[in-house]
Amino acid sequence: MRRLGGIFWSLIFLAVPILGVATFAVAPSYNIWLPKDVSEHGSSIDGLFYFILALTGVVFIATEGLLFWFLWKYDAAKAKGPATYIHGSHTLEVVWTIIPAATLLFLAIYQMNTWADVKMRRPAMAPTVEVVARQFEWRLRYPGRDGMLGTRDDLFLTNDLHLPVDEDVLVQLKSMDVLHSFFLPNLRIKQDAVPGMKIPVWFKAKETGQFDIVCAELCGWGHYKMKGRVTIESRADFDRWLEETYARQEATQPAPEDTAAAAAD
Amino acid sequence: MSTVAASTLSHGTATSLPPARKSRRRRRPVAEFLSTYVFSKDHKVIGLQFLFSTLLWFLIGGLLALAVRWQIAWPWSDVPVLGKLFAQQGGQMAPEFYTMLFTMHASVMIFLVIIPILAGAFGNFLIPLMIGADDMAFPTLNMLSYWFMWPAFFFFGGSFFVEGGAASGGWTSYPPLSTNMNSSPGMGMGQTLWLLGLTMVGVSSMLGSVNYMTTIILMRAPGMTMFRLPMTIWAMFITAILQAFALPVLTAAGFMQITDRMLGTGFFSPEGNVVNNGIASTGGGQPLLWQHLFWFYSHPAVYIMILPAMGMVSDILTTFARKPLFGYRPMVYSIAGIAGLGFIVWGHHMFMSGMNPALGITFMVSTMMIALPSAVKTFNWLGTVWGGRIQFTTSMLFALSFVSMFIIGGLSGIFMAATPVDIFIHDTYFIVAHFHYVLFAGTAMGVWAAIYFWFPKMFGRTMNEFWGKVHFFLTFIFLNGTFFTMHILGAVGFPRRLADAYHYETFHHLQPLNAFMTYCAIGMVATQVIFAANFFWSMFFGPIAGRNPWNSNTLEWTAPSPPGHGNFDFQPVVYRGPYEYSVPGMEKDHLMQTDPPNALASAAAAHAH
Repeated sequence: MRRLGGIFWSLIFLAVPILGVATFAVAPSYNIWLPKDVSEHGSSIDGLFYFILALTGVVFIATEGLLFWFLWKYDAAKAKGPATYIHGSHTLEVVWTIIPAATLLFLAIYQMNTWADVKMRRPAMAPTVEVVARQFEWRLRYPGRDGMLGTRDDLFLTNDLHLPVDEDVLVQLKSMDVLHSFFLPNLRIKQDAVPGMKIPVWFKAKETGQFDIVCAELCGWGHYKMKGRVTIESRADFDRWLEETYARQEATQPAPEDTAAAAAD
Repeated sequence: MSTVAASTLSHGTATSLPPARKSRRRRRPVAEFLSTYVFSKDHKVIGLQFLFSTLLWFLIGGLLALAVRWQIAWPWSDVPVLGKLFAQQGGQMAPEFYTMLFTMHASVMIFLVIIPILAGAFGNFLIPLMIGADDMAFPTLNMLSYWFMWPAFFFFGGSFFVEGGAASGGWTSYPPLSTNMNSSPGMGMGQTLWLLGLTMVGVSSMLGSVNYMTTIILMRAPGMTMFRLPMTIWAMFITAILQAFALPVLTAAGFMQITDRMLGTGFFSPEGNVVNNGIASTGGGQPLLWQHLFWFYSHPAVYIMILPAMGMVSDILTTFARKPLFGYRPMVYSIAGIAGLGFIVWGHHMFMSGMNPALGITFMVSTMMIALPSAVKTFNWLGTVWGGRIQFTTSMLFALSFVSMFIIGGLSGIFMAATPVDIFIHDTYFIVAHFHYVLFAGTAMGVWAAIYFWFPKMFGRTMNEFWGKVHFFLTFIFLNGTFFTMHILGAVGFPRRLADAYHYETFHHLQPLNAFMTYCAIGMVATQVIFAANFFWSMFFGPIAGRNPWNSNTLEWTAPSPPGHGNFDFQPVVYRGPYEYSVPGMEKDHLMQTDPPNALASAAAAHAH
């Protein structure tokens, strides 16, 4: 009976690595996995994620497997004789200090370039758009024809961000009230918006499409609904959209479709 | 002296309650009751007071978590039980109520459960017993450290009932959300009470930490050198140092936040900041300043929340593997290494905060390196289990699961430490998975291991093993069901703290997975009924334990169970380290720290206990 107990508990601990790996193995087939990446830098972030996943996966399977094996083998009800009387091993300590230290240091150095690309090597250009976070919306300001923010031809919008594909984009991120975080899951971008700070965010989208803008820093009771959409489109479509939206903003009369929409409301 | 020790050991039976206490209680019942059980200066009573209070708050925190899980699984559906309490919302959960729930879940679990149960309950109960002292160095301070928790209990508990509800700015309480009264419901009185409660917890921890350091340095039994201390005591000692150096920063920051709110000082608000059309702040401050100060405490606090559990688990593993701890000194050095590095990694909470990204790189390197001592500890635990003779007691199962789960929590930390990966998974369920693996699957499982292990010393009786194993089995299954799945949820980028994320295209298909996790969470909390029943039943009806039911080596097992006032009925003298199990040539498989060295033969005679 005691012996069965040991077998049972060892197997419970064996279930940890088996089910753990299984969870990660089946998750992508249920689409519970990294969302589609449409940014240029995203592949190096995802690559690093997979690299760490493989590395930690091996360590996970090895250590959990060893734990199971020791429990299985050294069950007091099964093993003969007394326990091994040993206080440690200097060699082992050195080995299992040096190897992880070297691995971790390698990992630290290996990732620096990606980080610098995404957060430190800012492209020399004027902001494509200014994003101002506010409870609970994303206020957008495009510089207009003159390419300068803060002039009379600026274009104002909320939550509906349009950006050109295959071009460097520089977003000037601000907050009007509390902390927010500008999270574009499909573009692998996240940056907190901080009142009192102007924070540059840059990326290059490589595919067109419509994606979510999520607020990822608690900003109050309506945090969950601080939702925007980003539309990545070709340069021609983007320019056309800018012109149309600007014309609508400047029109003294609301455009016909807007009147219709207002009536429907 | 040594003959006294040996004879006491060989006679040591379970029933020896100190007779003095009983007779005195008869004489002056009320005053005696108050000074023995309420305003006691006895470290064991204070430890148990901490234990009962924190277990009660553990229950409250768990129920808060269930309410949080309910909303994530079935947003805007009628909440059972709780819905009736908040009838004005029509049985549904309002979003501001949801933000309050997760804020208070985290605050309660961290400040009223984990920190006080480790340092307050086990630190208090075990330190004097394990070093062979009759009590703490400062018994009155010790008593105060418990009673300073009560204002915190009232502030945290009472804040649920003030206008606007309890604090709802997250347990990290980031300004300007937390300093501006207009920013959200719950940012009025609730947030002020939260800050006051935090200050009281800080005072309590500080009194405790001064006491623990002094006691461990000055009051060790003869022969108890620093390198003969059990790992539990090493961990408590280094935890106390961490608290002493980190806490003042949080206390100061908390006061700054209070004055920002009450006096308009503007430490954390930029000039002219307007929230929700309120009054513009006079400002001149910086929101990031709070984050630096907060994490300068709260990152070391992460280790305050795990190191004592690591220490206790080391002692439990050796006892039930019947084997010396593998690499005692590396274990001590790695705890010290974690504590030292723990002071220079706080910035890894702020990679996305707007802090200079170049500074992020230095924090990334130090964070990567702090994984090293944790890895060394894990390997040494595996080395301890290797070649042992493992007894699968409930306590051992919980201790083994600590190791197994800490591996997961440790490895998932590397993802967040990698700054580029953190861009994607920061503030998603990946981090939620990570800290629940460290704090629940790690620390809480370690605490259960410790409760099953030291219960006989606390109450003189052992807990029921069968129901203990049922409790372990179900908790283990449900916790993995709840928390492991959070990793893949985080891989989608599912953000934390959202009352309803399914209206996003990216996350709309994740509701069934969340429902599964909520079922597991309900099962996990329900399982604790078994634990509570076992705990209270065993207190009164469990089998009598004896002094040393597990045949363990450390000093507390030479004292009566439960120890009377003054702990030891003889002066313990220490002859060796705490992990002399299965020494070759011995008849019994353990050699207690007090067994005299000339008595290899007479120790064999003492196998009666």
